[in-house]
Amino acid sequence: MVYSGDRRLPSSEFSQPSEAGISYVDFVYSYSQLFRSLSLSLSLSLSLSLLSIDMAVMLRLSVLLTLLLFSLNPSSALYEDQVGLMDWHQQYIGKVKHVVFHTQKAGRKRVVVSTEENVIASLDLRRGEIFWRHLLGANDTIDEMDIALGKYVITLSSVGTILRAWNLPDGQMVWESFLQGSKPSKKFLSVMMNFKMDKDNILFALGKGCLHAVSSIDGEVLWRKDLSELTTESLEIQRVFHPVDSDIIYAVGFADSDFHTFQFNAKTGELLKHSVAAFLGGFSGEISFVSDDILVTLDATGSHLVLISYQDGEINFQKTHISDLVPASSGVARILPTKLTGIFALKTDSSVVFLRLIDGNKLEVVEKINNPTSFSDALSYSEGQKAFALIQHVGSRIQLTLKLDNDWNSNLLEESIEMDPQKGLVQKVFINNYIRTDRSYGFRALIVLEDHSLMLLQQGEIVWSREDGLASIIDVTTAELPLEKEGVSVAKVEHNLFEWLKGHILKLKGTLMLASPGDIAAIQAMRLKSSEKSKMTRDHNGFRKLLIVLTRAGKIFALHTGDGRVVWSLLLPSLRGSEACQYPTGISIYQWQVPHHHAMNENPSILVVGRCGLGSDAPGVLSFVDLYTGKELSSLSLAHSIAQVIPLPFTDSTEQRLHLLIDAGGHAHLYPRTSEALKIFESELPNIYWYSVEAEKDIIRGHALHSNCILDETDEYCFSTRDLWSIVFPSESEKIISTATRKLNEVVHTQAKVIEDQDVTFKYISRNLLFVATVAPKGDSAIGSLTPEESWLVVYLIDTITGRILHRMTHLGSQGPVQAVISENWVVYHYFNLRAHRFEMSVIEIYDQSRADNKDVWKILLGKHNLTSPVSSYSRPEVVMKSQSYFFTHSVKTMSVTSTAKGITSKQLLIGTIGDQVLALDKRYLDPRRSINPTQAEKEEGILPLTDSLPIIPQSYVTHSLQVEGLRGILTVPAKLESTTLVFAYGMDLFFTRIAPSRTYDSLTEDFSYALLLITIVALIAAIFVTWVLSEKKELREKWR
Amino acid sequence: MERSKQLTCISILLHLCFCLLPSTIAITSGSTEGYTISGRVKVESMGAKGFSLPAKISNAKIILNGGQKVSFLRPDGYFSFYNVPAGTHLIEVAAIGYFFSPVRVDVSARNPGKVQAALTENRRSLSELVLEPLREEQYFEIREPFSVLSLIKSPMGLMVGFMLIVVFLMPKLMENMDPEEIKRAQEEMRTQGVPSIANLLPGAGRS
Repeated sequence: MVYSGDRRLPSSEFSQPSEAGISYVDFVYSYSQLFRSLSLSLSLSLSLSLLSIDMAVMLRLSVLLTLLLFSLNPSSALYEDQVGLMDWHQQYIGKVKHVVFHTQKAGRKRVVVSTEENVIASLDLRRGEIFWRHLLGANDTIDEMDIALGKYVITLSSVGTILRAWNLPDGQMVWESFLQGSKPSKKFLSVMMNFKMDKDNILFALGKGCLHAVSSIDGEVLWRKDLSELTTESLEIQRVFHPVDSDIIYAVGFADSDFHTFQFNAKTGELLKHSVAAFLGGFSGEISFVSDDILVTLDATGSHLVLISYQDGEINFQKTHISDLVPASSGVARILPTKLTGIFALKTDSSVVFLRLIDGNKLEVVEKINNPTSFSDALSYSEGQKAFALIQHVGSRIQLTLKLDNDWNSNLLEESIEMDPQKGLVQKVFINNYIRTDRSYGFRALIVLEDHSLMLLQQGEIVWSREDGLASIIDVTTAELPLEKEGVSVAKVEHNLFEWLKGHILKLKGTLMLASPGDIAAIQAMRLKSSEKSKMTRDHNGFRKLLIVLTRAGKIFALHTGDGRVVWSLLLPSLRGSEACQYPTGISIYQWQVPHHHAMNENPSILVVGRCGLGSDAPGVLSFVDLYTGKELSSLSLAHSIAQVIPLPFTDSTEQRLHLLIDAGGHAHLYPRTSEALKIFESELPNIYWYSVEAEKDIIRGHALHSNCILDETDEYCFSTRDLWSIVFPSESEKIISTATRKLNEVVHTQAKVIEDQDVTFKYISRNLLFVATVAPKGDSAIGSLTPEESWLVVYLIDTITGRILHRMTHLGSQGPVQAVISENWVVYHYFNLRAHRFEMSVIEIYDQSRADNKDVWKILLGKHNLTSPVSSYSRPEVVMKSQSYFFTHSVKTMSVTSTAKGITSKQLLIGTIGDQVLALDKRYLDPRRSINPTQAEKEEGILPLTDSLPIIPQSYVTHSLQVEGLRGILTVPAKLESTTLVFAYGMDLFFTRIAPSRTYDSLTEDFSYALLLITIVALIAAIFVTWVLSEKKELREKWR
Repeated sequence: MERSKQLTCISILLHLCFCLLPSTIAITSGSTEGYTISGRVKVESMGAKGFSLPAKISNAKIILNGGQKVSFLRPDGYFSFYNVPAGTHLIEVAAIGYFFSPVRVDVSARNPGKVQAALTENRRSLSELVLEPLREEQYFEIREPFSVLSLIKSPMGLMVGFMLIVVFLMPKLMENMDPEEIKRAQEEMRTQGVPSIANLLPGAGRS
């Protein structure tokens, strides 16, 4: 590893080199953990001074020793046995949409699921663990799933064009077929089980208007039939099915107001029969198949039920008014998608009505259910018997009922289960049967809940439950844990001295490689279960925190950073669908109240921002959540929309942070709505600026506040705004694809940077720096469709207060996607270079030239310097840019930078690669001052020789041998310990660890052997004593001589 | 081994889709714009059998153009991308434990069937689309086995070692020194005062 130039003494009086990472100043700063080196040097000095040795020699030595202590620390890379000590990894699959049980054979019982997050996975039915899992591409949505031959899972994806078979035991893809088609249509997949054709199961797949018969052994297309070709109109196939033990495939569909049925020969694909009938009323909405030759749908007005029977090509329509069947119904009804025989469900405004078909032409209401309810498809569990499950919510309990689909009144099973109210309503039910020891039939139900979690119910109990809502995190923040209070008993960590010593002796044995396999296991268990890391109180180093995440389901989870467990969860009432707000979506979370000075006894709280609906002009929803109790404190339904949320750097007397909400109409609204907040805000009114990026119009605007709203003068918390500046990019040549700003809470230790020959430069540090990347309008599309000549990438650095463009740079022959990160005085961005056909990363560093004269010590002593003059956006900055580019091997999904408590520790870039790993790359590799042959002085400073590409060192993967499947974001949070950053990477999976970019110079590592230290000290004391006795004797002898 | 090599030497399939599926020619011509890119991933260490992939690579993903399309490996290591437009594309392999170079693949519209592929890392051009890892990746530091040297090199070992040197060698050195020189050095020390640990650490006085 290249850490040669890391350590150096402070070289000038007025500045401290923070770039190089570890200097002695930093070392002293780390007050708390100093004792390692001190205890050593003290014990040394003690022993040595006793021996009356030359002091100077000893001092040099202790310097040497402390240096050696550092260099001998393990680097940021892990040893294999350290996995799980400070990191945790959780795997999720997302909200389940298709389920296939595989329980026929003895052995591992499993359930194969596909989800809305585009995952196909095989789960253990006993415990809910993942056997295997695949995340398909973003455009490769899974449409249908089934099992063929008892060993292959078949998926139809990419709007019905890709058919894949996965091996059931290990998830290996067996074959893949590309299905041709011309126009979008419904997707459909069916496996013909009883169709013996050389022991092959034939798959029938419908996609893009074409019906395909595919062999399930190798994916070969046996025949294909373009259904849209059969008729001239816009035919929409609704269903394809084949009766058991039949060679005929049926397809039914609508074309405008015509109803079509087709019959095909299953072996050859030959069209046997085609019949059409016109229905004047037209069709709308869902379709429910009551039996193989009767279906129910609604007419175009939605007020009549249409019963269509199409036996043997003869089509009959029958129209029934809904209010004739369900007297009290009003409003629009819709048919719920069911797959039951003889029964279908109709949802009216307040209730679900089950209707039954009698004698093939009469409809009858079976039951009307007013509770929220959901039901499963019919499952045939023994000969001719079909059952389905019905789940109703009754208070906080759910009632699971299993019914035979031909006999409504008798229940096969009735269970009532207590359900966590934070899981919401049951949305989907899937049932499976098994044979009990007494040869009766038992049933298990897999349910999907409102918060996207998955649960298995069996015999009136919850067998397992998975929090799969965590697969779709929208936003993350962190919160401190409560302080350890007096009187609250501290978890018994050190049981007694003997145990403690025993543990350390075990560890010592481990380090000396003397431990037996049993001992090693004991050591590993001891390290992993350490109760220290999962305590519910704040720790000295700031490693224990709460991760607060908002998921797509509108649920807030608090995860403990120590072991990743869910401390509390809350399904936000304000983000659940209701009459007033049909489709609420969560947007982001903000720290609302972080008590530390005045309101120490208050619990911290967060602000959850959401909106009712998908458009940015939908009215907003605010919710305030207590972070310790996990309860919603209050919620607000706003009259205005939310386009932007600006947390202001002011807090009121209860430490509530002021937030400015900008609506789509350009008005600003202040929260909290208290007179105190208003007073604080009004005094700061002229100093508040913000900017907005209109990506679709390629405009960036700067705004400031004007006065109170003109429209609504009674609302004193509403302010009108004015445009200060705008940058309009020429839309024919440039298109905004990426922007980046500095993190609001980033801490920079020093503005000065020592370069070679004891020289100093000053970083240009501004909070108001915006990075904007634009590409040629065509460059917006993916790689592969552009030539280098017609693409370019332009990057800008803009001051967001004045709109001044500080820097502009063009990369010809490059294109997006662009990932960028800003920290301190530098920007790093990643893009694709079409000429070299490789990814590139560039760095821009910004230096403040106006302070460059402050190098003279005498001037500073005489006060002739401008170091204390404020940095203002209004003064024209004399900035100097330095830039350099390097090749980088991989695509990058997301990029982040480490952040530490005081900003002293050197930075690392955290790069989420296309392989779903997180790579920690030292910032020193992205230093514009790198040259091919650095001078001696530069080498001493730690500048690396220039290479054309950035190195990828496998040991520097933060995620080591794990993958954060579907990686979307990386959050870095400083720990209290200056050397350490907490890293949380999320996507489909969650991964948490802590890293030390300059290694843990301020604390002992996990595997530090206290016992060895103790033994050494004892040995030293013994040696002192022995030598003392010896020297006494020698002296005595000399005196006698 | 020789035979398996022959078997694996299958050239890249790059055809117009309707060449692969003759039945489609009659039906559509406008919507089937794309080409098919097929290739295979080959890992050397898979042993003599040659056809089954090692367990850890069977979870690999093949990614086209930075996530535009994702494909998976068949048991024999083959993969395909369907419906790819003409142009210069980039294929990446994401497999834990291996480092693969991205591959640049040119799909030309003028002469279908002709393919050009090159590793972007070392600009080596490929005559067929067979992707091999450049190296295996080791994500963990390897613990060095216990040795006397490592014990001596540890801070404690160094301390003990130094102490021994001081105890046994220093007196010898002192003996060899000129007594006058020692006296002078001691004089010097007295004038300077005794240095302390605090002086050693420059920031200590300040903080």
